Amino acid sequence: MAELGVSPAFAVGREEKMAAAAVAADEAERSRGRRAALSFAAIAVLLGLPLWWKTTETYRAALPYGDIAALGRLPFQVAVSVSVVFLPGSVPADLPRRLPYGDVREERVPVSSRSDVASRTETAYRGSTAREEAALGAATAREADAALRALQDSPPGSLTVYVLPEASSLLPQGVNVYVGKHRSALVRAGQGLATLHARLQQLMQVMSFTASSIAAALSDRVPDGQLGPDAWRHLKSSLGYEITFSLLNPDPKSHDVDWDIEGAVNHYVQPILDKLNLVANFSVDSQILYYAVLGVTPRFDKESSSFILSAHSLPHVINPVEARLGSSAASLYPVLNFLLYVPERSHSPLYIQDKDGAPVTTNAFHSPRWGGIMIYNVEVPASPQTSLPLRVDVDMVRVMEVFLAQLRLLFGISREELPPEFLVESPGNEGLADWELDHLLWAHTLENIATVSTTLTSLAQLLDQISNIVIKDDVASEVYRAVAAAQDAVAELAEGRLRSAFQASKEAVTSSERAFFDPSLLHLLYFPDDQKFAIYIPLFLPMAVPILLSLAKMLREARQSKKEPTKMD
Amino acid sequence: MLAVGLVLLLAAGLGQGTTRGVLREELLLRPLPVGDVAAVFQFRTRWDADLQQGAVSHYRLFPKALGQLVAAHGVRELHLALTQGFWSTQSWGQPPLGAPAGAELWVWFQDTVPDVDKAWKELSNILSGIFCASLNFIDSTNTVTPTASFKPLGVANGTDHRLLRYAVLPREVVCTENLTPWKKLLPCGSKAGLAVLLKAERLFHSSYHSQAVHIRPICRDASCLAVSWELRQTLTVVFDSFTSGQGKKDWSLFKMFSRTLTDACPLASESKVYVDISPKNKEKQLLEVTPTPTSVHEAIVQGDKTTYAVYDLLSPVLFNTSRSLNVQLKWKRPEDSSELSTPIMHAQRYVSGYGLQTGEISTLIYNTHPYRAFPVILLETVPWYLRLYVHTLTIITKGKENKPSYMHYQPAQDRKRPHLLEMLIQLPANSATKITIQFERALLKWTEYPPDPNHGFYVSSSVLSALVPSVIAMKDVNVEESPLFTSLFPSSDGSSYFLRLYTEPLLVNLPTPDFSMPYNVICLTCTVVAVCYGSFYNLLTRTFHVEEPSRGGLAKRLANVIRRLRGVPPI
Repeated sequence: MAELGVSPAFAVGREEKMAAAAVAADEAERSRGRRAALSFAAIAVLLGLPLWWKTTETYRAALPYGDIAALGRLPFQVAVSVSVVFLPGSVPADLPRRLPYGDVREERVPVSSRSDVASRTETAYRGSTAREEAALGAATAREADAALRALQDSPPGSLTVYVLPEASSLLPQGVNVYVGKHRSALVRAGQGLATLHARLQQLMQVMSFTASSIAAALSDRVPDGQLGPDAWRHLKSSLGYEITFSLLNPDPKSHDVDWDIEGAVNHYVQPILDKLNLVANFSVDSQILYYAVLGVTPRFDKESSSFILSAHSLPHVINPVEARLGSSAASLYPVLNFLLYVPERSHSPLYIQDKDGAPVTTNAFHSPRWGGIMIYNVEVPASPQTSLPLRVDVDMVRVMEVFLAQLRLLFGISREELPPEFLVESPGNEGLADWELDHLLWAHTLENIATVSTTLTSLAQLLDQISNIVIKDDVASEVYRAVAAAQDAVAELAEGRLRSAFQASKEAVTSSERAFFDPSLLHLLYFPDDQKFAIYIPLFLPMAVPILLSLAKMLREARQSKKEPTKMD
Repeated sequence: MLAVGLVLLLAAGLGQGTTRGVLREELLLRPLPVGDVAAVFQFRTRWDADLQQGAVSHYRLFPKALGQLVAAHGVRELHLALTQGFWSTQSWGQPPLGAPAGAELWVWFQDTVPDVDKAWKELSNILSGIFCASLNFIDSTNTVTPTASFKPLGVANGTDHRLLRYAVLPREVVCTENLTPWKKLLPCGSKAGLAVLLKAERLFHSSYHSQAVHIRPICRDASCLAVSWELRQTLTVVFDSFTSGQGKKDWSLFKMFSRTLTDACPLASESKVYVDISPKNKEKQLLEVTPTPTSVHEAIVQGDKTTYAVYDLLSPVLFNTSRSLNVQLKWKRPEDSSELSTPIMHAQRYVSGYGLQTGEISTLIYNTHPYRAFPVILLETVPWYLRLYVHTLTIITKGKENKPSYMHYQPAQDRKRPHLLEMLIQLPANSATKITIQFERALLKWTEYPPDPNHGFYVSSSVLSALVPSVIAMKDVNVEESPLFTSLFPSSDGSSYFLRLYTEPLLVNLPTPDFSMPYNVICLTCTVVAVCYGSFYNLLTRTFHVEEPSRGGLAKRLANVIRRLRGVPPI
């Protein structure tokens, strides 16, 4: 019996043992499953997601965002070197130090609330050399200017001022300052240093850059409204310009108009363009357009028995004409149009009236950043029996005078009002003095840098906003090149090396435009992220659901097993 | 003395005229056999200046846009035609100026051009901008360099065909936006002269419309020591006057163009309207033109003697009686339109075959000349996605094989260049020649299909160039004096004339996929991956545990009861 009693106990123990072993095995199996699920989740998250991300990502080369932003904030510094040469007998008594000496003056030209331009004038004072004195011994100021030109080796942007004794006969009576054709000026010494300084100051205003020219050049950075009307008139800086002269003959039945444009271009325009070649490339062409009419019907004025175009109707004149002008097939440079309009017989003579109702003497007007229009009235023959068409040969001197003035206006090299004691040498056939060219170089350099900065900033913003634009390596390298060239230009400008600064700014513009207009930027523009996700949903959904479910189950179990031990206690 | 002075004066006047350029304008009205009316405008600007390499930049009559193009890209000759509709040679007779449906551009470049392909690409892009046409779609897949079909029409010292590029865009639709820039190139615009008649709404209300620009260098004078540049702008329209005129074949300028002529372009040195009034079947003239023409001109055009009533808009007589000129034509008695004279050469082309795998292009060329045979050059440009099998090329005339005496074949390269097939075939008198070639349709990548791919793919017209024997001997005439419509193609000798015909463009269907396919493929692959992954996942994460049966089966319980009874421990 005892045996009998023992054996069931033994049996029970074995059963329990077996059950425990099963539970243990079960537990091990369950934890293995848990580990497998966890590792699945881990692989999917740690390996799969990055792999997918990497393989479906668009290629974006790194860009110098910091440098681009810095370019926009960069304070400009423009350096001008001026040498003041005293002739014997002109040295003021109250000179602070003995000649030669130099001083540096810094000035801030406010451009906008955010940025301003520091101008740095390095003045060197010295006595004259014997050769300079010989050159200044010429009879007239003009000859002296020409003679001094041979002695000087002044780099663009620099100025040389010769101070003459008060009693010098080189300058005409009443003229205290003479501005030459090149980079030099003659100044009468005046009484004491203060007068001289005042005159030098005025001279600098004329020959060097002014706050307004800087503001105009940096108009991209200046908030609207702060600029004068002049700022909008100047052509944007560009690597080249096309100049087109068009003769509009709306009435070929009555007027057989011909012009000697070849001769006029060679004679009047080419010398200026040769000079401006330093700033940009120019090409000139001309055409004759027939039956091209203005968009406005002129008003008949009984008093003068002529036709009148009033100033407020001028804006409507250009549009219908422009459709006929045609665009240039050969290049992408901006076009400057100069139109000579010979009014039809039934509308002539035709005069332009300004806002006050007075006729405009030149009978011409210009449109900012576009070009100019001149109206050329044909003299009506005395006898009405003259056979039509009337043969008209255009007086090119009259026309070219107007067009050249407009050309200068459009380039912003018009001369401002000067004090009466100033005498400015006419640039002659070249149409442009050296210091005016320097003006232009400064303005264009500053404008180029500002353009590069805006172009790059907007490119960077665009690329930042739209994340699936591909940025290829060559685009990136163009951006780097543009940034480097712009920084270079800024540095050169601060050093006063105008020519190389301009060159660098031109390179910067070219590179930045090339980067901005690179067609490869557009490749994947219309492949947004949500489409990418939509395509992969059939893969993601079946993969993610089991992982998430088993994770949820594990979480539930973990919570339960945490609760159970507390119950036991 | 006086005479010398006069001569000098004349010479001076001429010199003045030529540096500015000379403009001639001309309208040819031709009643067609079936009752339609063809109107051919030609405006020719001749400029005695050398346009090459930017030597000239001052333009007078010659349009600046085209002049700059010629100078900047080293173009020696440029021919652009934009055509809507198809000139059916069979019913309308031989075209005055043939052009394929769509846009056609062929350019000869100067031998100084370093990279012809680049110049060609830039040129077609600029032309596309000037004429608002889709010429920018011209690329290497539709550009060919024919060796024999297109010879320079102007003076040329060499004919190295590597300087030639030819492309046709048969899909191009021509409409008002192409006409406006074309009109803008005319010195008088559409303000005066014959161009007044060019009213878009009438011009495009027609069976056929073809506008073209031809630029070529020509000899300045008989000695040909210097070169002048010629710009010819032509426009051909065919009005269906029979249906629009209530079954009558009468027409007038006003009926066709809803305008009349009031003056000549003041810049033109010649401004004429020609009306073809030649008697057709050797009867006396059946038609009557009003007002009375200023003169009658007889010419041999395309091998046939034709009589033209000429209205010279520059002659003061014309506008004496009435202020405007409205040329009218009346038929004296209703004519039976049975006498359709078939042209000497005409051609037809069609695509045959069924299914979407293979097909066959057949071209039929007819020579209806009763006794003379003549050769014809056939040019076929077939896009790469139709894979031609050249071994299946057969040319059969009158049941016998006709071996071409010259053949040039350039096989296509996928996505790079089209097939080019040029053959010189002799057409025997009074015969029909059938040329067939089989092709296989290629499968395109799904992004290569155009919008509306089920519309089909165009195959451009094939070009037939031939020296057709003339019925009547022609005499050599001075080009400067003869009417413009006779003088674009050079005439070789008196016995034959040059004719270029274009066949119909073809429309071929390619196997078109279901365009949602890529998404379907993605879905399917993803599903397959997901299923595999799912079972794998299931297998790996499932927990297995050993199931212990709690009491065992009925047999075991019975066995245990027995064992207990026996006093043996149970299992």
